[in-house]
Amino acid sequence: MNIIVVGLSHKTATVEIREKVAFSPNLIEKPLHELVALDEIVEGVIVSTCNRVEIYATTRDIAGGIARIKRFLAEYHHIPLESLEPHLYSYHSEAAIRHVFRVASSLDSMVVGEPQILGQIKTSYGYAAEYKSSGIILNRFLHKAFSVAKRVRTETKIASSAVSVAFAAVELAKKILGSLSDKTVMLIGAGEMCELAAKHFMNSGARGVMVTNRTFERAERLAEEFSGEAVRFEELFQHLHRADIVLSSTGAPHVIIGPKDVEDVVKRRKFKPMFFIDIAVPRDIDPKVDDLENAYLFTVDNLQEIVQANLAQRSLEAEKAEEIINQEIGQFFKWLASLEVTPTIVALRNHFDEIRRAELEKTLSNWKDLPPDAEKRLEALTMAMMNKLLHTPTTVLKKAGQGGRVDLYVDGLRQLFELEAVLEEHEELELEV
Amino acid sequence: MSQIFFYCTLVLYGLATALYLGYLLRTTQGVATWASRLVAAGFVAHLLSTIHRFNSAGYLPITNMHESLSFFSLVIVGAFLLFVRKYKIAILGSFVIPLALLMIIGSSAFPSVIKELNPALKSGWLWVHTIMAFVSYATFTIAFAAAVIYLIQQHFLKKKKFGALFQKLPSLDTLDDINYRCLTIGFPLLTVAIISGAIWAEKAWGTYWSWDPKETWSLITWFIYAALLHGRMTTGWRGKRAALLSIAGFLIMLFTFIGVNMWLPGLHSYK
Repeated sequence: MNIIVVGLSHKTATVEIREKVAFSPNLIEKPLHELVALDEIVEGVIVSTCNRVEIYATTRDIAGGIARIKRFLAEYHHIPLESLEPHLYSYHSEAAIRHVFRVASSLDSMVVGEPQILGQIKTSYGYAAEYKSSGIILNRFLHKAFSVAKRVRTETKIASSAVSVAFAAVELAKKILGSLSDKTVMLIGAGEMCELAAKHFMNSGARGVMVTNRTFERAERLAEEFSGEAVRFEELFQHLHRADIVLSSTGAPHVIIGPKDVEDVVKRRKFKPMFFIDIAVPRDIDPKVDDLENAYLFTVDNLQEIVQANLAQRSLEAEKAEEIINQEIGQFFKWLASLEVTPTIVALRNHFDEIRRAELEKTLSNWKDLPPDAEKRLEALTMAMMNKLLHTPTTVLKKAGQGGRVDLYVDGLRQLFELEAVLEEHEELELEV
Repeated sequence: MSQIFFYCTLVLYGLATALYLGYLLRTTQGVATWASRLVAAGFVAHLLSTIHRFNSAGYLPITNMHESLSFFSLVIVGAFLLFVRKYKIAILGSFVIPLALLMIIGSSAFPSVIKELNPALKSGWLWVHTIMAFVSYATFTIAFAAAVIYLIQQHFLKKKKFGALFQKLPSLDTLDDINYRCLTIGFPLLTVAIISGAIWAEKAWGTYWSWDPKETWSLITWFIYAALLHGRMTTGWRGKRAALLSIAGFLIMLFTFIGVNMWLPGLHSYK
């Protein structure tokens, strides 16, 4: 049995194409059933996120299975296969395992290390389990992928550093203010980045937001969005002392907050430190503010530097992650290969035994005046022959089961003797989520 | 026996210091974990060594330079272990444990013979007075380490240098909090130490205060920390100013503890 992966992602397809082949999670039952009803496909899981659509499946026939899934995707979404095919990638066997492990560990994500993808795969697998489209192999496979992702997360720092400017601002503020839970954010002016940063601050537990803008209505609108408080621009300095974090991005042609202002405000706050981020060009906050003892001013360039450093760090960590994945692939592949050894041996024995019995019966039924113990002796003779003949292939196969090349033997035997092995578990499933 | 434990301690603190200094440069968390294990093991050996010495001498081993430095080191490491448990800042060890190691190396440089206890010291007040003093010194040492880290971290923030060390160092807020916490523990203890010393002096020598150099310098130390605590509580001294004062306080405290005994003759010198 082989694992195959067919799909497309942000690396191979634009969003216009991705949305055409996306599967809605509410309607996933139908495609899952259709998928596993295909002749070539045994088990199947469909993962559909905004950045990727992938089908994980098991099949006896790698080339046939991959081609069939490609056709399935095209037909299901009513897209001509020719226009879809250039965007599709496919993997089988070891490469397929590696691909899924990498995706689950967020190594294949647009932002490497982002944590959502693991949850999305878990949800997709949940549907497949619920609608019984996944079986022994994919169950084990995906649980393994989850545990690999967990290992990568805990053993490398791939997910621990900020790789967006807004997130870097939050991390930086924490280095100064410690916990953000009792801190207030002041938003001066409206800018997409400031709003984004404010959202990040709120998500990290900041207590509240004040918003000010030259047009008070805009401030009010934005304040409503954050369930915060709108402040008149003229009254900025009457409220500034309540803010621990100040994010500024006005279109003002000159500086609006000078060192003297901040000095007064900080004194009013009993020297509790303040964190300023100035995103505006030209600057809103006088750079001299940073010379004050309990005021810390950062620009977008500073934040960008952090992001760059973190990205570099992240690629180092990604190498460690790939190593972990390599180890795990070996283990899983061994399990997958050994999965079919026992059923194949059983099928081979049954096949030989059937021939033996048939021949024995033929001989005995035509044989008149049989000596009394002849039947017994013939039975023993044929049994012994069969066992001797099967002994070497059985041992070799079992030994191969502990090595790596077992799939070759299994496939060879199947084809030579036209065996139909029934897959069954011969090993305890250890499920770790 | 006491000596064996003593040298075990020396070796364990030495190894822990090496690891903690390595942790400043390398990013692996495992280094810090092993360093803290070594410190904990060293602390146990240190405790056993001290208890053993207490048993064979029959008095609290703080009556000469060898004993005092070793005891100081013991209390510093004890305080460090408690603070690390509470604040989970491994990097504190990179600054505190080298100090503890220096103390114990200093201790090993002085003769370790057990002598008959000076009769003037045979008193329960010895316990109260000295243990309070040592624990307050230890918390001031932690405050000193936090203050040094604070200044380094503030330097990174002001110069916009966001390297690996910056990532490892805790937030300014946490460091300032440690500083404050140490102050609120150490200052009352120092006060009790000085008052109990005065009462004991009255009993032993008939006078509460005799402007012995140790007394004078203790008072200077006390004033510095009193000023810092007052400033923190009323006008909101914090951050860099608090850090600098903590460092000054620590240096004066160190002189009170070691310098006075070594260079200024008086009632407290070890003879």
